[in-house]
Amino acid sequence: MLLQEAAGAAHPLSGTLAEWIWLVPALPFLGFVVNGLLSLVPATHLGPADPSAAGHEHGQAGHEDRGAHDDHHHVTRHRNAGIVSLVGPAVLGLAFALTAAIFIGMLGAHAEAPFVRTLFPWIVTGDLTLNAALQVDQLSIVMTMVVTGVGFLIHVFSVGYMQDDPGYPRYFAYLNLFVFFMLVLVLGASYPVMFVGWEGVGLCSYLLIGFWFTDKANADAGKKAFVMNRIGDFGFLVAMFLLFANLGTLDFAAVSGRAAELGEGGAVITAIGLFFFLGCAGKSAQIPLYTWLPDAMAGPTPVSALIHAATMVTAGVYLVARSAAIFSLTPVASLTVALVGAITALFAATIGLKQWDIKKVLAYSTVSQLGYMFIGVGVGAYSAGVFHLVTHAFFKALLFLGSGSVIFAMHRAFHHTGSHADAQDMRNMGGLRRFMPWTFGLMWIATLAIAGIPPLSGFFSKDEILASVFARTSHSTLAEASWAGIPGSALLMLIYVLGLAAALLTAVYMTRMMLYTFHGPNRSGDAERSHLAEAPWIMTIPLAVLGVLSATGGLINLPAFLGAPAQKLHHWLEPVTGAASMHITHGEEAHLALGTEMALIALAVAIAVAGMAYAYARLKPAALVPKDQSPAAHGIERVLEHKYYVDEIYDRTIVRPVVALSRRVLWRGMDTGLIDGLFVNGSAYFMRSLGWMGARLQSGQVGTYAWVLVIGVLAVLGAFSLS
Amino acid sequence: MIPEALALSAVLFTIGAIGVLTRRNAILIFMCVELMLNAVNLTFVALSKLYGVTGQVFVVFVMTVAAAEAAVGLAIIIAIFRHGQTVNLKNINLLKG
Repeated sequence: MLLQEAAGAAHPLSGTLAEWIWLVPALPFLGFVVNGLLSLVPATHLGPADPSAAGHEHGQAGHEDRGAHDDHHHVTRHRNAGIVSLVGPAVLGLAFALTAAIFIGMLGAHAEAPFVRTLFPWIVTGDLTLNAALQVDQLSIVMTMVVTGVGFLIHVFSVGYMQDDPGYPRYFAYLNLFVFFMLVLVLGASYPVMFVGWEGVGLCSYLLIGFWFTDKANADAGKKAFVMNRIGDFGFLVAMFLLFANLGTLDFAAVSGRAAELGEGGAVITAIGLFFFLGCAGKSAQIPLYTWLPDAMAGPTPVSALIHAATMVTAGVYLVARSAAIFSLTPVASLTVALVGAITALFAATIGLKQWDIKKVLAYSTVSQLGYMFIGVGVGAYSAGVFHLVTHAFFKALLFLGSGSVIFAMHRAFHHTGSHADAQDMRNMGGLRRFMPWTFGLMWIATLAIAGIPPLSGFFSKDEILASVFARTSHSTLAEASWAGIPGSALLMLIYVLGLAAALLTAVYMTRMMLYTFHGPNRSGDAERSHLAEAPWIMTIPLAVLGVLSATGGLINLPAFLGAPAQKLHHWLEPVTGAASMHITHGEEAHLALGTEMALIALAVAIAVAGMAYAYARLKPAALVPKDQSPAAHGIERVLEHKYYVDEIYDRTIVRPVVALSRRVLWRGMDTGLIDGLFVNGSAYFMRSLGWMGARLQSGQVGTYAWVLVIGVLAVLGAFSLS
Repeated sequence: MIPEALALSAVLFTIGAIGVLTRRNAILIFMCVELMLNAVNLTFVALSKLYGVTGQVFVVFVMTVAAAEAAVGLAIIIAIFRHGQTVNLKNINLLKG
């Protein structure tokens, strides 16, 4: 500890802007307080006849992501909307500017150790001393830039998307609070501080999924997300307890430095890794805890973009990268992470093939891409995982906001004609490129990026992950370990193949989504068609910025063979994850021969192109009919459309038995039987009987009392004389 | 001399106690209580020969209190009699729980 403090005093970042890092989470919190107070003012209801209700012409897709409802067809703009529109995005913009300034300061500083800014002692008890401390290092600053940067764009988009929602200030209050907790999560300097953020983002996710809570389906979706996340949080907690019991510390710096004391490949460190991964599986929607994420699409679309695509769900990836020192010492846990990631990537991609709800396609795509990130961090390519996290934040935020723009337009059109058709079902869309050219073009950029077409960002990050897996099939601690009897090298090969298959399906389902949404004839209906139009500029500008980022994001980490400017992110993250990464590859950079690498790239590109070509050739948007006229699917298509019936299986095997157990044993047995019956009513009955017996003694006969008195006196005297 | 006085006192006290326990007439019970008080007074007086004058002083106090108690007690008995035309304790059970 003393050594660390001594090092801290001479830290290259001390005395710089990094000292102000606490302002970065404080700003969104300020926004939360302001917007939260404003949300307490009731909304102003403007009837459709009100001339000031000009916003009536500019849809309210915000109301009904889950299809049109009849009772919302009037405009309710909050009277504080103006100040909220200013404060909400502005705090994020300022936080991003400050983060960028700190980042620029770090570029020249070459800080090898993390800079820890201690704010105040938090928990001091027994052997445990915990400070509320924020940590600035290469990993946390990258995450902070993504959170504040992409978060800012999504806040701006929300100004347009949510403009006519009566809960407008409440929405921004939740969104700001989310960003605050997310920043605590990524900036915390110890596991418990991170856990505060981890729980906080879960809370905000719950609040925002159930934002339109008057619809029971939305409230249920929020509850489902909350409960499933609790299962994961249990894993996180157990892992923290194990860490503290065995190392006596929970600070990232100390844990990284002393992880080797746990013994490489030992039972304790493997358990810690696996329990941490249980937490990741909950937060980042991996098998078996992924089913909450598609349901989370019940929230407003910008929320899906920010929380359920770009930031919160990647917290699990961040946790593994942050715990690189632990995971690199336990090949079993690392291989589990990679294998679960690979299976999830493929599994979710197959479901994405047959979804009709545009947001559901993107939700399963997110689950699949998160699986990809876990492949990366699982095989010890921490920088590759974080790289994919960053590029995914760009293109998936773009895809979600684009879909939000589409839903906004569809809803506005349906709203004009009073139609009750589903504004999110792709069977009701089609041919939208003529009406929304900007959204169309930008979403194609993101689609090409996620499919892995060079030179867009997704190509580089996905290729980096797949190449890392391939490189580690030999000469790495993972390849030499065995997992449940399977040799690690074979397992890595399997993971590589699963990854390729997922890449193929990604190309297919993304092309399908684009074809059905933007190409072919329009199926929205003749009356509705004339009302289809591009979203206002406040929504398209964030899309355009994300489009540029999706296209060029790959530049931050070009493949090694391209020469000097390559692998910038990889080298940038070296002080944080470099040692752990090198440990897995026996102390030398994982390296592939140029020919092999070229062949892998060619294969990946060929697969992406093949997937898109297949989808383009096979799918006929012209043959599609609107949702209410569509025939039911059969066979495997039906299974995929129903998501392998996993929700139904969970319902039968877990939810219902738990409910039955709770009802019969816990409620009727324990609660009404034992506690209410025996303890509460039983004790009352016992005392009443006692009272009844006492009352019989009090006959009112003074003589009897005198007898009792005398007998008592004699008894006391007798007792005295005996002793 | 003292053992005889104490023995007499014990006999008187026991007679008083038995009277209190067995009698039903309030006046008689009252008289028995007086008997017990005076049995104790006898003990005080007898023992003051051994332990000094304090016992005799105490006797004066007890008699004073007993006089006051007699006044109050008889007044209550009269009140009870006026209320229920009886001083038989069998018929008086206002203290019933």
